[in-house]
Amino acid sequence: MIETIDEVQSKLADNRYIGDRALATSIFLALKIQKPLFIEGEAGVGKTEAAKVMADVLGARLIRLQCYEGIDLAHAAYEWNYPRQLLHIRLLGESADRRAAEREIFSAEFLLRRPLLDAIDNRDLVPPVLLIDEIDRSDEEFEAFLLELLSDFQISIPELGTIRAERPPFVVITSNRTREVHDALKRRCLYHWIDYPDLEKEIAIVEARVPEATDGLARQVAGLVHGLRDMDLYKLPGVAETLDWARSLAALGAKGVDEALVEATLGAALKYQEDLERARTQIPELVVRARGA
Amino acid sequence: MEPRTAPTLLPRLAGFARLLHDAGLDAGPGRLKDATQALNHVDIAQEDDFRETLRCVFVSRREELSLFDAAFDIYWAPPDPRVMAGQVPMRGRSLPLDPERAKAWLKVLGSPQSPLPRENEETPASSSGYSAQELLRVKNFDQMSWEESEQVRRLLAQSPWRLAERRTRRLAAARSGRVDLRRTARQAVRSSGELVWLLHRQPRVRRRPLVLLCDVSGSMERYSRQLLIFAHAVARREDVETFVFSTRLTRITRLLRRRELDRALDAVSKQVHDFSGGTRIGEALHEFNRKWARRVLGHGAVVIVVSDGWDRGDVGLLESELERLRRSAHRLIWLNPLLGSEGYEPVTRGMSAALPHVDDFLAAHNVVALDELGRHLAALDSRRSRR
Repeated sequence: MIETIDEVQSKLADNRYIGDRALATSIFLALKIQKPLFIEGEAGVGKTEAAKVMADVLGARLIRLQCYEGIDLAHAAYEWNYPRQLLHIRLLGESADRRAAEREIFSAEFLLRRPLLDAIDNRDLVPPVLLIDEIDRSDEEFEAFLLELLSDFQISIPELGTIRAERPPFVVITSNRTREVHDALKRRCLYHWIDYPDLEKEIAIVEARVPEATDGLARQVAGLVHGLRDMDLYKLPGVAETLDWARSLAALGAKGVDEALVEATLGAALKYQEDLERARTQIPELVVRARGA
Repeated sequence: MEPRTAPTLLPRLAGFARLLHDAGLDAGPGRLKDATQALNHVDIAQEDDFRETLRCVFVSRREELSLFDAAFDIYWAPPDPRVMAGQVPMRGRSLPLDPERAKAWLKVLGSPQSPLPRENEETPASSSGYSAQELLRVKNFDQMSWEESEQVRRLLAQSPWRLAERRTRRLAAARSGRVDLRRTARQAVRSSGELVWLLHRQPRVRRRPLVLLCDVSGSMERYSRQLLIFAHAVARREDVETFVFSTRLTRITRLLRRRELDRALDAVSKQVHDFSGGTRIGEALHEFNRKWARRVLGHGAVVIVVSDGWDRGDVGLLESELERLRRSAHRLIWLNPLLGSEGYEPVTRGMSAALPHVDDFLAAHNVVALDELGRHLAALDSRRSRR
């Protein structure tokens, strides 16, 4: 069991996740007072990764629910196995007692367990980590359903009754802020905003995640990305892009950056045509700045 | 674990929660309880940990981070015996506060102000007679007196604003459509496994989100109040986002959610500093595209730009930003209050540059024009217009 904030931080680092103390504090508290952790931030700053790494740190199973528009109970929590139910009831024949038959087919045996039920009704020795990813993609109806789950760690199934978690999972919810998530949901969570890392931290992240990038390259790639983040772009590159870029350059055998290399690999960091055009006009300055980083 | 929260800390913590509550954060009893519980697990002598603990409990959106930090600095700073002055506004009890910090705090909260004297209390609540109301509906906004604009406000508040719908990906029970296996099977169970009826479901429809971008620059001054009233009338719905711009862009969605119009308008003019300045439409749209588009244009939003097109900025930028905005919106509508005036031609530099990039170009100079807009919105096709 984790007992201090320092322990969280060092264990994250052991798993090659470089997070600041504020994030470690939020995670520590979420574990201690058993509240879901709501992580917001721009795309690619390591929100999902934080949950994955926490599963490794805790030695727990990671249960991931990717949200999308229209996601409903049948996809997120549970569904009855209707074909099996129908077959079963036909096997019983017409003479069977209808009440008894209904009780039989609405039992756990005929239940298809989806991620949320799986996380609540777990038999794991170590409670699992439940990652509810990109909740901003789902809709209000789904948020409303999550309220019960998040405050009481339970799911009500009309035919079966309420299923309560004996060992509540560690819940991490992420959002890219493509829309505002309802306050009622946030009220049940601890909140943490992940910002873009500063230069030194980003270098450390590249070194931890892309060991094939030699020290000089890690520093220069981080410098390039910081140069881009100071530009007026539609979509600023996240840490995920920094890592992709470092991997691309390392794959080309680069030991440092130059204008031709940046020109050829800029697509690893920028994904919009307008942004690419704008950045291309600034490549010499970006390279000079990156080399001085 | 033994509760370690010092008994003297709890009242201090409650005071802090009150302060956060006054500043508009959600700091109810539930959160206070969470905070005390959380503090049992950290070393409160470590200021950073103490701060972060309270922060992750009380903050629930990014915009609140700076407000929280300001409040934290003020409240938990060691009292300076030399300074007695300074008081957090709207609180009966004075706090040990440096006057400079008090000023900063005052700015964050918005200075307390008594409500405006109501001059028009005696004016009858509704205008008498049908014809007077009809006249009002066609009267140009820039020629209205205060009383008339008050009546317009009431008219607009009654307008049943409805927005075109879109199909969502969520399915609901229906008479036709795809077979709903769940309900069909459930029925069949009751008839011993015989599929007697096929039940169906169909995508549910919802209203489209609406995004309003209102020009409040000098040339629009005569229309600003009415357009904000219009914005207020529609913005009380959950899925409307409102922004105003002249040289900069300001989001006023939350301010307009207030019920009383005057307080809402008051709050807006307090927050928006460049009311009636020059216009840089291109720059304002650029800021919108960059900072907000991803957050508010999901789910097939309809975007309405309200402006007369008098632009002092870069026309090339205006064109490229409008084009970008049109690509990310379901429909882009430009409302121009001048379009209603006789003999108006959209020949200003900005307006003529903008026209090829918008889906609809409509008037917004009187109530009839706004009604027309309402009808147009309701009739929008569920599919994107051909471009």
